Amino acid sequence: MNGVGAAETQFHVLAVDDSIIDRKLIERLLKTSSYQVTVVDSGVKALEFLGVEVNLIITDYSMPAITGYDLLRKIKKSTSLRNIPVVIMSSENVPSRINSCLEHGAEEFFLKPVQQSDVNKLRPHLMRGKNSNPTFHDERESHDQLNINKRKPVEECLSPDRIRTRFNDDLELLQ
Amino acid sequence: MLGLSLDQLRADMNRLLALLFHQGVLDEQFLQLQQLQDESSPNFVSEVVNIYFHESEKLLRNLRALLVDKEFSDYKKMGIHLNQFMGSSSSIGAQRVRNVCIAFRAACEQNNRAGCLRALELLEYEYCYLKNKLHELFQIEQQRILAGAVRYPVPQQHPNNPQV
Repeated sequence: MNGVGAAETQFHVLAVDDSIIDRKLIERLLKTSSYQVTVVDSGVKALEFLGVEVNLIITDYSMPAITGYDLLRKIKKSTSLRNIPVVIMSSENVPSRINSCLEHGAEEFFLKPVQQSDVNKLRPHLMRGKNSNPTFHDERESHDQLNINKRKPVEECLSPDRIRTRFNDDLELLQ
Repeated sequence: MLGLSLDQLRADMNRLLALLFHQGVLDEQFLQLQQLQDESSPNFVSEVVNIYFHESEKLLRNLRALLVDKEFSDYKKMGIHLNQFMGSSSSIGAQRVRNVCIAFRAACEQNNRAGCLRALELLEYEYCYLKNKLHELFQIEQQRILAGAVRYPVPQQHPNNPQV
C-alpha cells in the first residue's frame, strides 16, 4: 500500500471518544466519506496507537483521565506527531474552550452531535497533510508544498464558519 | 393487496415519525441517523438505538440508586451520569429526554434532592415513552421490509438474504 501512489491510498483517521454511541456515530460518518477509521475510547489509547501512520485525529474534548485538550497539547509538542491535523468535538459551546483549542493548534472545533457537513470539512486538512508528507511526493515537491502548510493566522482560525454554533438552542435552555 | 400493505406501512411509519417530531420527542439528529443507514450499513439506526437503550437504562439505574440513598450527597457523580445521558440523547436526537436531563442537571447543581427526584421521575417517564415509540417504529419498519420482500419476484432478490 505504501509508495504505490497517493491516489490509491485511503486517508486514515483516528477518532477518540469515551462515549460508545458517539464512537459509533463518528465511525459511520467517517466511513461514509471513505476514510479508513480507527476508533479508540481514550486519549491514552490514542497515544499508544500513534506510531501507526494517521492522517488526522478527531477527538472529543471531555474525557476522563486525558482530555481532548491534553491530547492536542501532547500531539503538538511531539516532533513526530505535531504535523497531524487535530480536530476537537464537544457537546458544549464554550467560547473560551473553543478559542483555546484553536490557539493551540486544533484545525477545527465541532459542536456535537457531529454531522455529515462537519465531516466534509475534514478533507482540506487531510489533503494538506498528505501533500506535506515526503513519502507521497519526492523531496523537491514537498519543499514547495511546505509553505502552504503553515498554520493559518489566528484571525482566520476564529472565523465564525469554522464553528457550527447553535446559539438559538442555547438561548432556549436558559428559560 | 400486498401492494396496499406496503404503502399503508410506509404511511404509518411516516405518520408516527411526524408525530414524534411534532411532539418534540425526536429532533433533526434522528434524521441524520437515518441518512447514515444504507445498503452497506442496513441496520445502523437500530444498532445505535439499541446501544442507547442499553446505556440509558444503566444510567437511569445509577441515578435512582444514588438518589434513593438517604445519605446521598454525591451530586458531582450524578452530574457526570447526567452529562453522559445528555450527550447520548443528543446524539440520537432524543430531544425531550435531553431537555429533562438539562432541568435535572440544574436541580443537581443546586444540590436540590427533591428537585432531582422529581426530575428523575420525569426522565424515566420520557425515556419509557421514547423507547415504546421507537420500538413501534422499528416494528413497522420490519413489517415494511417483509412486505417489500414478498412483493418482488424471488429471482430478483439474493436467494439467501432478501434485502433487509
